[in-house]
Amino acid sequence: MTGTALASINPIKQGRRRRARRHGSVILTLLVLVLAFFVLALSLGQSFTPPGDVLRVLLGESVPGASFTVGQLRLPRALLSILAGLSFGMGGVAFQIMLRNPLASPDIIGISSGASAAAVFSIVLLSLSGPLVSVVAVFAGLGVALCVYGLSSRQGVAGTRLILVGIGVSAMLDSFVAYVLSQAPSWTLQEAMRWLTGSVNGAQLSQVLPLLVMLALCGGLLLSRAKDLEALRLGDDTAAALGVKVTETRIIVIMAAVGMIATATAVTGPIAFVAFLSGPIAARIVRNSGSLLIPSALVGATLVLAGDYVGQFLLPSRYPVGVVTGALGAPYLIYLIVRVNRSGGSL
Amino acid sequence: MNVKPSHSLSVQNVSAGYGDVAVLHDLDLVIPSGKITVIVGANACGKSTLLRAMSRLLAPAKGQVLLDGKAIHRTPPKELARTLGLLPQSPIAPEGITVADLVSRGRHPHQGLFSRWTREDDAAVEAALVATQTMDLAERPVDELSGGQRQRVWIAMALAQQTDILLLDEPTTFLDISHQVEVLDLLTDLNDQRGTTVVMVLHDLNLAARYADHLIAMADGRVHVTGAPDDVLTEQNVRQVFGLDNCIVTDPTSGRPMMLPIGRHRMTRDQHLKEDRA
Repeated sequence: MTGTALASINPIKQGRRRRARRHGSVILTLLVLVLAFFVLALSLGQSFTPPGDVLRVLLGESVPGASFTVGQLRLPRALLSILAGLSFGMGGVAFQIMLRNPLASPDIIGISSGASAAAVFSIVLLSLSGPLVSVVAVFAGLGVALCVYGLSSRQGVAGTRLILVGIGVSAMLDSFVAYVLSQAPSWTLQEAMRWLTGSVNGAQLSQVLPLLVMLALCGGLLLSRAKDLEALRLGDDTAAALGVKVTETRIIVIMAAVGMIATATAVTGPIAFVAFLSGPIAARIVRNSGSLLIPSALVGATLVLAGDYVGQFLLPSRYPVGVVTGALGAPYLIYLIVRVNRSGGSL
Repeated sequence: MNVKPSHSLSVQNVSAGYGDVAVLHDLDLVIPSGKITVIVGANACGKSTLLRAMSRLLAPAKGQVLLDGKAIHRTPPKELARTLGLLPQSPIAPEGITVADLVSRGRHPHQGLFSRWTREDDAAVEAALVATQTMDLAERPVDELSGGQRQRVWIAMALAQQTDILLLDEPTTFLDISHQVEVLDLLTDLNDQRGTTVVMVLHDLNLAARYADHLIAMADGRVHVTGAPDDVLTEQNVRQVFGLDNCIVTDPTSGRPMMLPIGRHRMTRDQHLKEDRA
């Protein structure tokens, strides 16, 4: 190889290294942000607990005045927020990348609503509880995904049609949730809100483990397909030409993303727009420097942690996290729809 | 440049289509290796469908496509993608992606789940950028480029895949004439220098006749005629395939046949007479 050829490799190499560095620093920054909100959520609520006391509680020591607040109230809530946020963020962006459309997120196309409807149905009408509810929710989520996919496929699945069918299915399921809630008069407003917009109120440590296991399983599966997902962004045909098994990848991505989102939904309810918002926010920060899966998961965790904190302490009255994230997501949804309208219907 | 061992690509008794609609009927073809083959035909005659079937994007309902005697639908996709590349009609460039990044995506079939980027990957991307003269654009976002530049970048991505066979579905559509020639020259360079077998669908018959070593004329999902441009681009064949009256002359710049369409208007008397005779 000649000297000039070697010299010209450099810009390519430099560009690649720059992207890798950017991707790494984005992930690191988001990790720090999640950690910062986690510490904040543990130490500052109605009362302030010094970081030293928080640490001692985490290490299992009994600290008078802090053990209950931090260990029983704040820790489960913060952990659940992180896990649900990670699940929504990663599952959401996987759908958005796979269907190459920000509107194709599971909370827009009915999958979250399906999981929510199944959860509320099995709790109110079947009197189920615990992990069983999650199992029902996962199957319902998969069922809805299959249903929307089937209804919108005519000689291949067109993204726009899938989204429109999904919005319709989602509306139907939401009204079903409202109906079931009306059959449960003994419930508090807070409890009902969980299944309408999502909430981490009343979080318990026992809910953490199943969520963690499902996140590790499904997240691992998605990460193992990260390169194939990146290739799918170039179009199904191009991806296939590059050796991606398109159909197999789709099935695995749908199963994994629905699995983690439905499990999270069965615990926290469909926290509004977290799945929908995380991917586009992550994409703005990552800017093509690498896979969006992990950055989007971390953005999701930040959104839920921060949203819950704002809802609890920074507003005149206490609101569940879904109300806060919903207020953030709705304007973005309107913006996307306006943009689609302007560009003549192509999403 | 070293010429790599050639591969054989053939289509055996293939019927294919979408859903219940059959588009290709019992096709048999052998693609000459190391040559440029161009598929021509009227709209909806099955040109693109044939290309999709040859590249594994579409499973044939009957028959098979053979690469080195092995059915491509039974070859693992990544292995196939290291020998046979395809540039589809409308690939999608993710928003804001740079040229070098997009071209690097062509290395996908050469990478495993945990494998790291190697020196060969860099060399392949570099060679692809040099061959398509897009090195200067390497750090520019693809969405800022002109149509001609963008098409060169997509070809660069297919080149980075380093396949011995390259299929292209209408690589010159939406390009003005100078960029069409530029793209076809580039593919010819590739064929000359690396011995890459090129198979493409083209709309322009005259460019097809000029650049092809081998022409395939299709009509109604069947191969109407195949062979050297001189034998395929005849008045009779054009009339049968396109339903168009025409006149074939010799292209003074290339010595290849050139088709002049005969319409109902703006014709001189001689051509009207000729039309009447026909």
